[in-house]
Amino acid sequence: MVLVFVENSDGKFKKAALEAVTYGRKTADLLGSECHALVIGAADNAGELGNYGATKVYQLSNDNLNSFDSQTYTQAISGVANDKGASTIILSNNASGMALTGRLAARLDAACVSGANALPTLDGSNLRIKKNIFSGKAISEMTLTGEKKVISVTGNSLKPETIGSPCEVEAVSVDVSAPKSKVISQDKQTGGPAPLPEAELVVSAGRGMKGPENWGIIEDLANIIGATTACSRPVADTGWRPHHEHVGQTGVAIRPNLYIAAGISGAIQHLAGVNQSKCIVVINKDPEAPFFKAADYGVCADLFDVVPKLTEAIKKAKA
Amino acid sequence: MKQLVCLSKTPETTTQIKLTGDGSQIDSNGVNYILNPYDEWYALVRAIELKEAVGGTVTVINVGDASNDVVIRKALAIGADDAIRVDADPSNALGVAKSIANNVKEAGYDIIYCGKESIDYNGSQVPAMLAELLDLPFVALATDMKVDGQTATIKRDIEGGSETVEVQTPFVLSAAKGLAEQRIPNMRGIMQSKRKPLNVVSSDVNDAKTQISGYALPSGKSEVKMIDPENMDELVRLLQEEAKVL
Ligand SMILES: Cc1cc2nc3c(=O)[nH]c(=O)nc-3n(C[C@H](O)[C@H](O)[C@H](O)COP(=O)(O)OP(=O)(O)OC[C@H]3O[C@@H](n4cnc5c(N)ncnc54)[C@H](O)[C@@H]3O)c2cc1C
Ligand SMILES: Nc1ncnc2c1ncn2[C@@H]1O[C@H](COP(=O)(O)O)[C@@H](O)[C@H]1O
Repeated sequence: MVLVFVENSDGKFKKAALEAVTYGRKTADLLGSECHALVIGAADNAGELGNYGATKVYQLSNDNLNSFDSQTYTQAISGVANDKGASTIILSNNASGMALTGRLAARLDAACVSGANALPTLDGSNLRIKKNIFSGKAISEMTLTGEKKVISVTGNSLKPETIGSPCEVEAVSVDVSAPKSKVISQDKQTGGPAPLPEAELVVSAGRGMKGPENWGIIEDLANIIGATTACSRPVADTGWRPHHEHVGQTGVAIRPNLYIAAGISGAIQHLAGVNQSKCIVVINKDPEAPFFKAADYGVCADLFDVVPKLTEAIKKAKA
Repeated sequence: MKQLVCLSKTPETTTQIKLTGDGSQIDSNGVNYILNPYDEWYALVRAIELKEAVGGTVTVINVGDASNDVVIRKALAIGADDAIRVDADPSNALGVAKSIANNVKEAGYDIIYCGKESIDYNGSQVPAMLAELLDLPFVALATDMKVDGQTATIKRDIEGGSETVEVQTPFVLSAAKGLAEQRIPNMRGIMQSKRKPLNVVSSDVNDAKTQISGYALPSGKSEVKMIDPENMDELVRLLQEEAKVL
């Protein structure tokens, strides 16, 4: 059986979690097996994960799992996997996925791929899975041998599909030790656009903006299409924009459908974090800016002129 | 405070990746290698800062062959006290984690640092594996850490924000941007690094459940379409009708 660990965000399931379920179902179909999902903590409508391909949902509640701790969550997930006979475990490759994937693989002594960006193919009884390496500058195909496998899936690598119907939810329990780390506070942006790793539309700007006081035109453009804002590294380093907006090799790596970059030169380290975007629009006044080589559409002009015009054109098209 | 920093070696960030003639390997000709930036800039420097504040030692460990000694010496020049190199093939993450775990299990480190990921294979696996093998708590993606006695208060990145976690030593963390500021080794550090111990040990770990079976390069972008700056309506139309992203 393929077991998908579905991240529960305050009782709700985010897109990345649904993508993991669809990935799990397609992997199960390939293996001629079933796809079950595991939810930790209370969630409304857990059975609706069936819509995305699970045929059974396990729901686990345990006071030791009330806040995230990689050690106790690993005990819980591997415990359910062992009790229910799962050979393959699938997770999202996000902040908690990064804390769990390797732990689970070590605990189960399993083959492991983190950041899969395509569905597996079958090679005898082994799985082959593609992932990006060198920050998207190359792709490797991994072969996973051995009975147990742990796979984490990069966000936006496939779309959650409605390929099933609501399914049975079974309450389960496993032994979990008391957590040795304690979450004492959380600072999450609420409302507003999707966080960068999940965003489908991103508007980003760089040093060409001259200063933080000019960001209004970027925010206007982002607002009108519901995009998340991002920036280049020097912009975050000089405090013009918050650090969590920094994309690139040493910042967040993203793969939105649309990436609009204004006043960013397109240094190789910047491209490393954004070159997986489906469509890239570059606005730069320098015709030699390296970013144009990585772009789908380019506008060679002053961004202070072009960005407001683009915003207006979108307003008009939407009206 | 007894601290350990796990270092990996990666190609320099501007490296253009090429495949060998038959496409079966990454072409390492002309590639410059550096310490993985997350390990050097954030993990190592934070460990040294903490040592400067409370005393103790900083040991660095790397799994790899003798060609890695150059970058290991750089970590000693920045301020680590001594180094361990486990002479083994680092191509499998679980193998690397087991090699490190076997060598440090008995040593009683208070804090074990890794980087968020190696920028070559982008695995983000070794730190979590190591924590599990050592049965220690693990805080991933640390961007800030305060230590008071045995209690560390760590800020870490989560989806769409951050959270603050309290944990007692011993534990494992992975370092993300913000944990510290890059330090450039000075002449004195470079001279001293030559005399600091670099102990080479062997490993009998043989883990091969995950292997790379092939490489490819991303399909090249088609030529960029330049749009007249006076005609943003055209760009919007292309984004809607051709790219279908708006
Ligand atoms: C190890 C390492 C890791 C790094 N990691 C990252 C990373 O993760 N992310 C990242 O972004 N960088 C990273 N960098 C830095 C990177 O090399 C570049 O320095 C950086 O991306 C440049 O930022 P920028 O494009 O905003 O600024 P610049 O390179 O200064 O470019 C500004 C651009 O704006 C254009 N411009 C100026 N005025 C206007 C105007 N009025 N209208 C239109 N265009 C205008 C200019 O033509 C220019 O192309 C890293 C560097 C190193 C060494
Ligand atoms: N060969 C290695 N030797 C020592 N530490 C390593 C090695 N490979 C990875 N690490 C550590 O694990 C972190 C994450 O690496 P990875 O799991 O390969 O992305 C790195 O930043 C290092 O701290």
